[in-house]
Amino acid sequence: MRELSLNVLDIAENSFKAKAKTVEVSIIQSGNVLTISIKDDGVGMDEEFLKRVVDPFTTTRTTRKVGMGIPLFKMVAEQSGGTFDITSEVGVGTTVTATFMIDNVDRPPLGDIADTIVSMIGNLGDSELIFNFQAFGESFTLDTNEVKRELENIPINTPEILVFLRDMINENIKTNCRGVSL
Amino acid sequence: MKSIADIKAIKEKMQSEIIMRDNKDSDEIRVVVGMATCGISAGARPVYNTLVDEVLKRNLTNVKISRTGCLGMCKLEPIVEVYAPNQEKVTYCHVNPEKAVNIVVNHLVNGNVCTDYLVGTEE
Ligand SMILES: Nc1ncnc2c1ncn2[C@@H]1O[C@H](COP(=O)(O)OP(=O)(O)OP(=O)(O)O)[C@@H](O)[C@H]1O
Ligand code: FES
Ligand SMILES: [Mg+2]
Repeated sequence: MRELSLNVLDIAENSFKAKAKTVEVSIIQSGNVLTISIKDDGVGMDEEFLKRVVDPFTTTRTTRKVGMGIPLFKMVAEQSGGTFDITSEVGVGTTVTATFMIDNVDRPPLGDIADTIVSMIGNLGDSELIFNFQAFGESFTLDTNEVKRELENIPINTPEILVFLRDMINENIKTNCRGVSL
Repeated sequence: MKSIADIKAIKEKMQSEIIMRDNKDSDEIRVVVGMATCGISAGARPVYNTLVDEVLKRNLTNVKISRTGCLGMCKLEPIVEVYAPNQEKVTYCHVNPEKAVNIVVNHLVNGNVCTDYLVGTEE
């Protein structure tokens, strides 16, 4: 994947599939470290399965199909001098946290995070999304609970609303980043 | 800077249209974009966002765009499926933003399937 925001979309997709009520995506710049975390309160995974999900090649027992999304994200983080962590508990939820060294030449750019968030909001199903972006000491949060409250009877995934939200996210991120693209 | 507070104005503008939208469920067109890991890495996200833009630009209130996971055809991603009333499902493959615009203009607006992008016929 050419952009970290594409990995974010892919990892968050797992949370929606896991029937999360709330998915929290946060992207935080602090000094030279970029921390991306995706947290959900979905079905979770047991310890043995979690191991295989993270490392599908070195584990031999294959009773259930595992994919590529998580190993890919882990690889990008580790290749760019960062760290990867995933914790999960059945019935409680899952948290994926990756850190990246911002100045590492192997780190893909964050890319179009507004496109990613809007793609998620396009089909939330019964889930809610809380997106938090912090950079250079400024913070921006978008909570779909709040947006839906404002919208009342209008579906959040109507194109008018999606385009508005995308513009709003872009404006806020640009302002927070002071012209620096992460 | 835009904020959640601006939604009130958009909402008021839309409310009358919504009632009309609800009344014509029968001509709803569903557009589905495959967004599993392979779809995303092949470029499904800009395709999805382009579809949203174009549908809004042309005010196609009968079109619903959604995402789905694995469609089982990695090599053909990005895949876009169109479900129109009284029409069999149409599956487009290797879609990019440019093709997405053409799908909206030709298929969704005028009802003409973009035969060049179908599985098997596209180059
Ligand atoms: N947040 C989560 N909650 C519960 N289960 C999860 C979560 N994330 C991943 N899983 C489980 O781990 C598996 C592997 O996830 P991964 O993203 O690596 O691949 P995938 O989603 O199966 O396929 P793809 O390669 O298309 O992403 C999932 O199929 C799912 O069973
Ligand atoms: S994994 Fe590629 S289409 Fe399913
Ligand atoms: Mg996945």
